Amino acid sequence: MQFLSYLARGISLGSVYALIALGYTMVYGIAKMLNFAHGDVIMVGGYVVFFTFCKGGIHPVLAIIIAMGACTLLGITIERVAYRPLRGASSLSVLITAIGVSYFLQNGAMLLWKSDPKSFTSVVKLKPLVLFGGQLQISAESIVTILVSVVIMIVLIWFVQYTKPGHAMQAVSEDRGAAQLMGINVNGIISMTFAIGSALAAVAGALLLSSYPTLIPTTGAMPGIKAFVAAVFGGIGSIPGAFLGGILLGIIENLSKAYISTQLSDAVVFLVLIVVLLVKPTGLLGRKTTVKV
Amino acid sequence: MALLEVTNLGISFGGLQAVAAFDLTVETGRLYGLIGPNGAGKTTAFNMLTGMYRPSEGNIRLDGVDITGKSPEYISKAGIARTFQNIRLFDEMMVLDNVKVGMHNRMEYSMWAGLLRTRSYRETEHDMNRKALKLLKVFGMEDKAELSASALPYGQQRKLEICRALASDPKLLLLDEPAAGMNPNETQELMETVRKVRDDFGIAILLIEHDMKFVMGICEEITVLEYGRIIARGSGETISNDPRVIAAYLGGDDD
Repeated sequence: MQFLSYLARGISLGSVYALIALGYTMVYGIAKMLNFAHGDVIMVGGYVVFFTFCKGGIHPVLAIIIAMGACTLLGITIERVAYRPLRGASSLSVLITAIGVSYFLQNGAMLLWKSDPKSFTSVVKLKPLVLFGGQLQISAESIVTILVSVVIMIVLIWFVQYTKPGHAMQAVSEDRGAAQLMGINVNGIISMTFAIGSALAAVAGALLLSSYPTLIPTTGAMPGIKAFVAAVFGGIGSIPGAFLGGILLGIIENLSKAYISTQLSDAVVFLVLIVVLLVKPTGLLGRKTTVKV
Repeated sequence: MALLEVTNLGISFGGLQAVAAFDLTVETGRLYGLIGPNGAGKTTAFNMLTGMYRPSEGNIRLDGVDITGKSPEYISKAGIARTFQNIRLFDEMMVLDNVKVGMHNRMEYSMWAGLLRTRSYRETEHDMNRKALKLLKVFGMEDKAELSASALPYGQQRKLEICRALASDPKLLLLDEPAAGMNPNETQELMETVRKVRDDFGIAILLIEHDMKFVMGICEEITVLEYGRIIARGSGETISNDPRVIAAYLGGDDD
């Protein structure tokens, strides 16, 4: 019973990682860059929900929608201001810029909202699920988190596979030059990708903080890194890969917290990553790319 | 008024003048060839025509509208489509989806329509599928629609590239070495395809090709480039008798 409860919590945490990892993986797939500021977008989303819902008292769903809108705007602005001027630059410059944006957001948040921890009230107001006559209890937050991520993931895969903007995204991801010559506005597609990723980050922020209710300006940093690991673990660039990587990572983290050591759980997570990359360098669902010479 | 009027087009990379004083007039419904030794600037000229490179001088008018230095997606919308020397299909997408990407500019519905599966989404998608299948049929590939593009044999990948380019409903089609790597039978078949495309779609075609039989057999006007400059222009016969062309190009291995 204990094991099932750890597992459920692991899947729930993993679902949050998966939502964040989707943002990493889509941006990587399409813009070919690692947006290390992505984790901090979660934090901004968290603050928006905090002020509108926890303090402002509006309906939690409305608060999340507002946060999604705010993060979408933030994501598009970051892309336009910080990354677009570097479109032709080396990937190292873009990477350093992303780290810079990450620090900018963290310190901006510290200036605006101070560094004292805010305590977040859960956006889920449901009773926990009690199974086996009280032996197993799964929190409503966990269930909602898992359901929301699964739905988002299905919609996203469908969107990419079966709609015109989705096809354009695939085309840009495979060959930006050729896509442009087919009349696809590459900058527009990249903006759209940032918008989708950032909106998902806002949802992830609200769900994460509902289970782990301490909000500080660096709240997004660690989940951001973990989600990045999840994206690499599952095969960066692949949407189902990000999802699978996120869930597995959450499970591994929670089970090692329970059975190995709370302090060593992160080490175990990263050890698993190293082993996977040694055996399968493209990640679990990553595609092997062959370069024509 | 000619379909495409290029005057005094040139581009330099640093100190290297890759193409200079490039002139070209293209009329609807005709077939044009662009030939020249390796490095003569043929693909560079294509890249300027499609907006991949911004020319340093000169101008390009399509249907009387100045398109010099415009973005590739603008030029695609204006009516120039191309294929590539090295095949650049979207390998992981289905054959049908590759063609549909070509229609990107012609079909409009918003991201929200797609997410919410509105009527406009379903109707547009239905329309696009029908048109894409019709195009594939012209090339005898309608039964391959569901395959991934990388699963096609080489010759059909070339055809699919032409098909994808045609999906954008161009006025002018640029083919960059369409016969490269093809055996004589495939080349023969391609010649017929290119002629058929010109006739059925009523568009102008400009192609780069090294296979002289192909170029001489199909093109009504041929332009010869050497070191970025035009050294001759005319029918296949005129070109093959031009002493400068023979010296520059055909001289070494005249077959």
